[in-house]
Amino acid sequence: MTDHESTLTTRHGDLLPDWVVADSRPGYEGVIVPVSRLIEFAFLLRDKLGYDLLSSVTGVDYLPDGKMEVVYHALQTIGGAPFVFKVQVPREDPIVPSVVPVWPGADFQEREAWDLLGIRFEGHPDLRRILMWEGFEGHPLRKDWKEPYYEEDAKPYKSRWPEGHVRRAEDVAPLHDNVQYPPGFDPESWTPDGDEALYRGLRKYLEDSGSELKTDRLIVNLGPQHPSTHGVFRMVVVLDGETIVDLKPVFGYLHRNHEKIGERCTWIQNMPFTDRLDYISSMSNNFGYALAVEKLMGIKPPERAEYIRVMMAELTRIVSHLVAVGFLLNDLGAFFTPVLYALEERELILDIFEAVSGSRMMCNYFRFGGVARDLPEGVLERVRDLVENRLPRKIDEIDRYLTKNEIVRTRCEGVGVLTAERAIALSATGPVLRASGVPYDLRRADPYSIYDRFEFDVAVRYHGDIYDRYLIRLDEIRQSIRILKQVLRDIPEGPVISGKPQWQVRVPTGESYGRVEGPKGELGFYVVSNGKPNPWRYHVRAPSFINLHTLAEMARGGKVADVVVILGSIDIVLGEVDR
Amino acid sequence: MNGMGVLKGLAVTFRHFIDTYLEDFKAGKKRYFTEEGIRQRASIEAKGIFSIQYPEEKLPVPEEFRYIPFLVYDEGENGERALRCTSCGICAKVCPPQCIWIVRTNDPVTGKPVPAPAEFYIDVDICMNCGYCAEYCPFDAIKMDHNYEIASYDRFKEHIFDLNKLSKPASYYAKIRPANFARETAEREAKAAKKAAP
Repeated sequence: MTDHESTLTTRHGDLLPDWVVADSRPGYEGVIVPVSRLIEFAFLLRDKLGYDLLSSVTGVDYLPDGKMEVVYHALQTIGGAPFVFKVQVPREDPIVPSVVPVWPGADFQEREAWDLLGIRFEGHPDLRRILMWEGFEGHPLRKDWKEPYYEEDAKPYKSRWPEGHVRRAEDVAPLHDNVQYPPGFDPESWTPDGDEALYRGLRKYLEDSGSELKTDRLIVNLGPQHPSTHGVFRMVVVLDGETIVDLKPVFGYLHRNHEKIGERCTWIQNMPFTDRLDYISSMSNNFGYALAVEKLMGIKPPERAEYIRVMMAELTRIVSHLVAVGFLLNDLGAFFTPVLYALEERELILDIFEAVSGSRMMCNYFRFGGVARDLPEGVLERVRDLVENRLPRKIDEIDRYLTKNEIVRTRCEGVGVLTAERAIALSATGPVLRASGVPYDLRRADPYSIYDRFEFDVAVRYHGDIYDRYLIRLDEIRQSIRILKQVLRDIPEGPVISGKPQWQVRVPTGESYGRVEGPKGELGFYVVSNGKPNPWRYHVRAPSFINLHTLAEMARGGKVADVVVILGSIDIVLGEVDR
Repeated sequence: MNGMGVLKGLAVTFRHFIDTYLEDFKAGKKRYFTEEGIRQRASIEAKGIFSIQYPEEKLPVPEEFRYIPFLVYDEGENGERALRCTSCGICAKVCPPQCIWIVRTNDPVTGKPVPAPAEFYIDVDICMNCGYCAEYCPFDAIKMDHNYEIASYDRFKEHIFDLNKLSKPASYYAKIRPANFARETAEREAKAAKKAAP
C-alpha cells in the first residue's frame, strides 16, 4: 500500500500544488485537499493532469474522529490507476463544494452522499434525496443512525447462540409499526417536498414553448409501474407534442441500503449480498468485492482460481449482454421472441453456474483468496462444448436475425446519440462509453486478475446511438468467447483457494478500491477497514446507477416512444441502481 | 433491397418453428415426460422447443445445488439417531442473514456445556440459501438440501424449522450428494486412522 501511495504522489509530485498533503494514515492512499480549494484542485486535475472521468464520489463517516470525509476517485480515459483525493469536514453540518461544474457525472453520487450521509454539496444544481423516500428523517449511513429492526452494531448477533430462543423480526417491530415518522407527520395528508421541487424545476419549460403554434407542454410520469422500465423506475418527462424537452429519472423504489447491511455484516457475510446487486451478473459482483478485500488483506488467489474467476466473469458478461440485447428488442416491440432466443443460451450458462456454485443466479462463489470449490467433474467439458460450438453459432444466428432488420435499424440508427465528450463528462462507463467511441475497458486500461495474459480486442463503436450500443454488446460477446477459449486452453490444475478456508477473516486497517469491468460498466467496491471483523465503510460504485446520467442527455429532443428504447440500451438493473 | 433484413430474420424464426417438429418427429414419444427427453432438451444439442413442463417434468439438479440447510444424523444399529451437530455455533455466527438459532445443552449435574444442541431453529423465510453454514461446519453436521418444493399454507406455523423438521439421515445426504459424501467420509476416516496410530 505504501509503495502504491508513493508512486501516485511521485507520478504527479512536481505538478501537485504544495497545499495538498499525502494521506499518511497507514493503509490509506491518495491526497487530502483543503475544502476551500477543492474546486481549484478539481480543475487542475481535469485540465492539467488529464483525469477527465470522475469515477466515484462517496463519503465516509469517521464518527470517533468527529470527521466526515468525501472520497473521490478520478481516472484518465487513456488508462491507468485511479487518482484518489479526499476532503475532510467536521461531522456536524458537513458542507463541501460540489464538483458538478467540473465533472457533471458527480451529480447522482453527490445526491446519494447527501441522502445517505447528510453531506451538503454547495452549488449542486439539484440536491434532493435520491434513494430514500422524500419525507425520510435522518441519514441512514451515518454511524449513529439505527434501523427499525436494529439489534446490534455488528453481526454475529449474540442472541443467536448459545441461548438462541427463536423469534421473528416482526414480533419485535410489528409490521404496521416499523417505520419511523417525524413527530406530527401524517402520511395520508402529505405531498413530498422532493416531488414538489422536481415539478417546480420542470415547470420552467411549461412557460415558454417558443413555438408559433400555441401548443401546451405536458409533464408526464412514465412509471414507476410501467412495463418498459425493467423494474420500478420512474421518468418524469416534459413533452412538447411527442418530443421530449427534458427528463428526470426518479428511482430508489428498490432501495434496501445495501451499504448499511454491508457494514453490519462481517467481511465474508457480505459476499452473498453482493449477488443481489446486479442479479443478472452475480459472479462479476463477487469478483469486484473479492478483489477489494484481497487488496486490503494482501493475498492473491492461486493460478487455477484466477482462471476459474475469469471464466465465470466472462460467462457472466455473455449472459448479461444476451439479456440486454433480448430485452432491447422487447422495448422495440419485438415482443419476446428475441428475448426467449437469448434466454435459451443464458439457461445453458446458468446450468453451468448451478453445477459449479449451487445456484443459478445467487452464485456466492468467490471467496477471499480464491473460489468456494473446484469445478465439479464434467463442467469444463460442458463449457468447452458451449464455447466452441453452440455459442458462436447462436450469436451469429442472433446477428442474422436482428442486425440487418430494417425496423431495428430505423428505430435505432441515429437515435439517442451520446457524444464521446458528454459520455466522459457524465462518467459513463462500460458499453455505453465504448459505443460512443472511447475505447476504455478496465481489462486493458488497468488490468486486474490475469487479464493481461489474454488476447482480445476492446470493442469500440463510434456513433454513440442505440444501434451501436446494440452492436457493441454482440462484439463483446464474441471477445468474451475468445477469452474463454484461451482460458480453457491454459487452465492449470492445482488448489483453488490460498490457505485454509476461514469463516472469519482478519482484514488489516486501511482502505481499498477494487474495480472490475462488469458487464454494465466499471463496478467498484470501496471498503474501509478499522481492523474489526466488520467493514467500517462499504461502498458500491454501481455502473448502471451512474450510467443513468446519460439518459436525459440522450432522450432530449427525441420522441417519447424512443425513450423506452434508450433506457433499454443503457441496460440498467434496478437491484444495482437502487441498492 | 428494402425488406430483405426482415425476411432473413423471419427465416430464423421459421427455422426454430420447424426444428421443434423435426425433433418431435425424430425422437417420437420419448421426447416428453421421460428422463431422457428432459436431459436432451436441457442439453447443449437442444433444438426447437426448450422448455420443461413443470411440475410434470423436472430438471435434474446438480450435486452442488443448495436449498435450505438440514442437520445430518448417523443411524445406529437399533435405529437411534446420533446428530452430528455439537452446537459449536459456527453456522449461527457465519450466517449472513442470521436465521439460525441454537440453544446449547448444559449438563444438568455440572452445568457445563454438552456438545449437542438442545434446540435448533432455522427461519426459512430469512434463509438466503448461501450455503455458508454447510461450507464452514467443521463436523459435516449441517448440509444444504435439494428439496425446493417447501411451499406451505401457514407461514407463521410452518416456516420456522425445528430440530425435528431439520434432521435427516446420513443416508439421505449420501443419496443427494454422493461425491461430497464419499470425499468427506474418506477424509474423516483418514483423520481417525491418523489419530489411532501412535
